[in-house]
Amino acid sequence: MLQVEAIDKSFEDFMAVNGATLTVGKGEIVAVIGPNGAGKTTLFNLITGALKRDKGRIIFKGEDISELPPYQICKKGIARSYQIVNIFPRLTVFGNVQVAALSHQKRSSNLFRPAQNIAVEETRRILESVGLLDKERSIAGSLSHGDQKILEIAIALGNEPELLILDEPTAGMSPEETSATMELVRRLAQMRGLTILFCEHDMDIVFSVAQSIMVMHQGRTLVQGKPEEVRKNPIVQEAYLGVE
Amino acid sequence: MYREIVHSKWFGLVAGIFVVLFILPLFAPRFYVYILALIYVTALLAMSLNMVVGHGGLFQFHHGVFYGVGAYTVALMLTKTKLPVVVGFIAGPIVAAIVGLIIGWFCVRLTRLYFGMLQISLGSLIWAIVFRWYGFTGGDDGIHGIPMPSLISSLNSSYYFILIILVVCLIAMYMILKSPFGSTLQAIRDNPQRCEAVGINVRRYQLGGIVVATFFAGVAGGLFVVLERSVFADLLFWTLSLEIFIMCLLGGWFTFAGPVLGAAMTVALRTFVGKYTEYWTLILGVILILVIFFLPEGVMGYFQEIFKPRTKEGIERGQPINAAGGSNR
Repeated sequence: MLQVEAIDKSFEDFMAVNGATLTVGKGEIVAVIGPNGAGKTTLFNLITGALKRDKGRIIFKGEDISELPPYQICKKGIARSYQIVNIFPRLTVFGNVQVAALSHQKRSSNLFRPAQNIAVEETRRILESVGLLDKERSIAGSLSHGDQKILEIAIALGNEPELLILDEPTAGMSPEETSATMELVRRLAQMRGLTILFCEHDMDIVFSVAQSIMVMHQGRTLVQGKPEEVRKNPIVQEAYLGVE
Repeated sequence: MYREIVHSKWFGLVAGIFVVLFILPLFAPRFYVYILALIYVTALLAMSLNMVVGHGGLFQFHHGVFYGVGAYTVALMLTKTKLPVVVGFIAGPIVAAIVGLIIGWFCVRLTRLYFGMLQISLGSLIWAIVFRWYGFTGGDDGIHGIPMPSLISSLNSSYYFILIILVVCLIAMYMILKSPFGSTLQAIRDNPQRCEAVGINVRRYQLGGIVVATFFAGVAGGLFVVLERSVFADLLFWTLSLEIFIMCLLGGWFTFAGPVLGAAMTVALRTFVGKYTEYWTLILGVILILVIFFLPEGVMGYFQEIFKPRTKEGIERGQPINAAGGSNR
């Protein structure tokens, strides 16, 4: 479904991503792992168009998307959440998800109908599926960190994506919240037939949830394969797992 | 929408205020009727600015230009053409919106302060043209004695005309801010990056917001002509733009009706303090400093904070924080 082919991105002299490759098949849950600064977030920013790649290609459903702006990439069916909470703090929880749902339904430019009657069903269904429905009227900025991270995912679901990219969905969460969130991600993938690409530091989670793991190191792809292959790979053990 | 407005808890209060304003000219002295009408025009202008500043998060630094363009368009149509008066009044806002579209098209390519600086430059260009082109705009003399149809030629009738147009515009703006377009604009204000990521073409919506806001500024410009029967180049000068910016700040960025209050405060200060000293802006400055320090959400924002329901979740679904509607206190 998604192929990243030998992609490069440098910031001044620093090669953040250096020839990384990645393959995500339809319906798969794929994890990207690697130490801090390996280029995971940069890779996600390249795929979603937030950054422009220097070299290489990004193919989504057979189409080269590497030149498209973020909003068009989103329309192709890729939605994302952010490592650092990136929501609409002054809007309600409902409003946060509704913005995405309206955009997905191409109804954002409607000028004279009250927004509170549009895309209500869809928005509430998403909030229900992530367990935030009881907080729909709260101001997003007043939620706990854990709930804001969940809201991150809910906003991304508002676009009804085929590929959902989660950048450290459990960053800053307690162990209980972390396992609950990963359970949620797994359930969403099943329920909605989502393809999921995520990165995560907790190896237990990665190896229990992911069907395919890509290991990044200094902007390069060391290896991508099934969890047990990756675990046995000597280069990976040396470069990453051994250090943990 | 209609039901929502009527059932809102503010409806009674707002309706009451408008009833009072409607019967006021029957007994109030002419001077006060004039000042009130001037406040309405200014309030509409400040409200239109706040659509893009408070709700859109744009650095619309030279909004006065669109007010001036609207006023000049109406004035020129009424004095230089034989077209029906109605055409002139419709042309004002449309020409203002077209100029808004052109200037905005360049500005949305930049962000924040750069956006503001470019707008000041392009706006000043239009001011310079109006100021210098004696043959067409009257230059720094302006245009005076613009003929008005008899229906709105007396002070009281122009008062009613302005008040009615103001109410219509307020309802339209309220509906726009509550529409999907309005919510999207406010989402862009909060987080443009995230908006791009959920598939929103941020620049296009910002430009759309500018066009809508400049349209209403053009309406305000036309109403100014009705009230004053003259236009002058100062309408497009940057100091006026700054003044309406301050009105929004005084009343409260994130409230719907805040700018109305800000406009009323500023016009009243200029009228009543300006009578005694030309340094009335000194007092405005002191008030502004006090507001920034003690009421950072503006005067209206402060009132909304006091009167908002005490529960944590007492905010309407799908609406921004400031949903309380249009009270005029």
